[in-house]
Amino acid sequence: MSAITVSFTLNGRATTLTVSPATTLLTALREHAQLTATKAGCSQGGCGSCTVLVNGEPTLACLTPLAHVEGQEVTTLEGITPVGGLHPLQKAFYDRFAAQCGYCTPGMIMAAKALLDRNPHPTREEIAAALSGNLCRCTGYLPILDAVEDVARQNGGGER
Amino acid sequence: MKQLGIVGQSVHRSDGLGHVTGRTTFIDDISYPHMLYISMVRSPVARGKIRSIDTSKAEAFPGVATVITAKDVPNNLYTILCLIGIGPNDEPVLAEDEVMYEGEPICAVVAESEEIAREAASLVKLDIEELEPVLDVEYALRPEAPKIKKWGTNTFTYDGKDHCQIRFGDVERGFAEADEIVTGTYQLSPIEHAPIETHVCVAKPEPDGRLTVHTNTQALYFTLDNTAIILKMPSNRIRMIGGTVGGGFGGKVDVLTEPITCIAALKTGRPVKWRWTREEETRCSSTRAAVKIEMTDGVMRDGRIVARKVRSLQDAGAYHRHSPYGAMKHMVNVVGPYTIPNVWVDVYCVYTNRQPSSAMRGFGVTEASFAVEVQMDRIAKAIGMDPWEIRLRNAYRNGDMRPFGKITEDATLIETIQAAAKLVGHELPPELAQMHSNDEGGYAAAQRATA
Repeated sequence: MSAITVSFTLNGRATTLTVSPATTLLTALREHAQLTATKAGCSQGGCGSCTVLVNGEPTLACLTPLAHVEGQEVTTLEGITPVGGLHPLQKAFYDRFAAQCGYCTPGMIMAAKALLDRNPHPTREEIAAALSGNLCRCTGYLPILDAVEDVARQNGGGER
Repeated sequence: MKQLGIVGQSVHRSDGLGHVTGRTTFIDDISYPHMLYISMVRSPVARGKIRSIDTSKAEAFPGVATVITAKDVPNNLYTILCLIGIGPNDEPVLAEDEVMYEGEPICAVVAESEEIAREAASLVKLDIEELEPVLDVEYALRPEAPKIKKWGTNTFTYDGKDHCQIRFGDVERGFAEADEIVTGTYQLSPIEHAPIETHVCVAKPEPDGRLTVHTNTQALYFTLDNTAIILKMPSNRIRMIGGTVGGGFGGKVDVLTEPITCIAALKTGRPVKWRWTREEETRCSSTRAAVKIEMTDGVMRDGRIVARKVRSLQDAGAYHRHSPYGAMKHMVNVVGPYTIPNVWVDVYCVYTNRQPSSAMRGFGVTEASFAVEVQMDRIAKAIGMDPWEIRLRNAYRNGDMRPFGKITEDATLIETIQAAAKLVGHELPPELAQMHSNDEGGYAAAQRATA
């Protein structure tokens, strides 16, 4: 079987993976790079649980061929977790009970991070819009919005 | 007084840190070296006779380890309800001579990768003689409908009858006395649980002949028992390990992945993973049952409900799973938390050639509550009474006999309604605000007297 070699930056480290040509970024992360925080929910771009950042943009890893991230910068939930600590979004999700079964949580946090990186103090409506591609079937949307709003406030955003 | 340490405090979830860091281990996060993958060949038709299954091309496909058919299953029957004394078992693990719904598993292709397994699965040749499917519960009960179950009817048999029932008091007398007759028909569609995590199972054969099984089942010991029966293996040879379930809602209690994954592991001597696609999760997992409820109530102008007659059809789909049990829960709950002296309930657990229905969050009860509470609003409207009042007037109280023969001991409906009224700022008249579940007076007592 033919193979391709793809070099990219993964969570700040230069990474090279050799995979079969049709391999998605999701499969490459989970099964080749052994980074399992990123989840497969529908594997057809419908649920957002595989959301990672590619050059800071929220990206569905299940629909992205690994070949497309050649030379790009990929960030997963593992990449934003400080050793022995929590990213402010992780802390807010933890404190606000914004995770129930936990399966959609990695994608939610990455989509929220992409939003806060480009807009440090979004309104609740802007947060809801940014997370609209991420499904939570335990229906914990309100605590998720609360958690992201908490971080937006810490970023210096007022009560808008 | 001693300060309480936990009560009244907000306590972090014990799994919260794992969830927010992505370190919680879900079953799909577990992999073993030299692992194989399953892709299932499923029925393309809703009802048919299997003439032949030709797996030769799939077996010859490079990278395929084996193909599993019904003959590989030691005891090819799901035993979901036999463990709680309800039978007969009716669902094969893998279809043998007939298929009963579109998506029914027929044979499992086990291969080096999911891609190879899927490609090879597409090479399995099925010869199925399509038969007229039964897709509607009312049609299923008609004499001219094909009888789809092997025992020759389209219903589950309860005590020799084609339905389960409650007979309490005399409904016809109640209707004759009533000032108003209020009727309603309530229908619910099947509902898919749609967990974000699909069904996943990993089975690993151990050198000592045991199996280690990781599964996202919601019912670990139930799954262990069922798997042991299907494998004809003592349960102490199977180490069944559960874990965090990525959304269940009742949809992961039907033992749908573990037996086949175990058989694949035993047959190949290698670890095997089976994870369902989103399409399989949506089209082949159990759903909440579709329900049709016809309700007729006899009501007095003062608000008392004096008779209730219910005919309810529960769509089990092709096989039992948990539906015969759900229908019985439905039967006892379709009277609602109200004291009605004359009750007649017939609940049919009906089979159709649809995706089987089973457990989902209060199944049987949720559907009943929907019908009952919409009906209460209709009754209130019919006699011009406040919807709060109609419920409080008829609310069951401690000491009231329930139609299924149990004395009420733990009624809290009155207090719950009063608290709800307070929360939404609805002021109840003093008589209603002072009611209590331990009251001897009121309409319930009057009903007891007339009954």
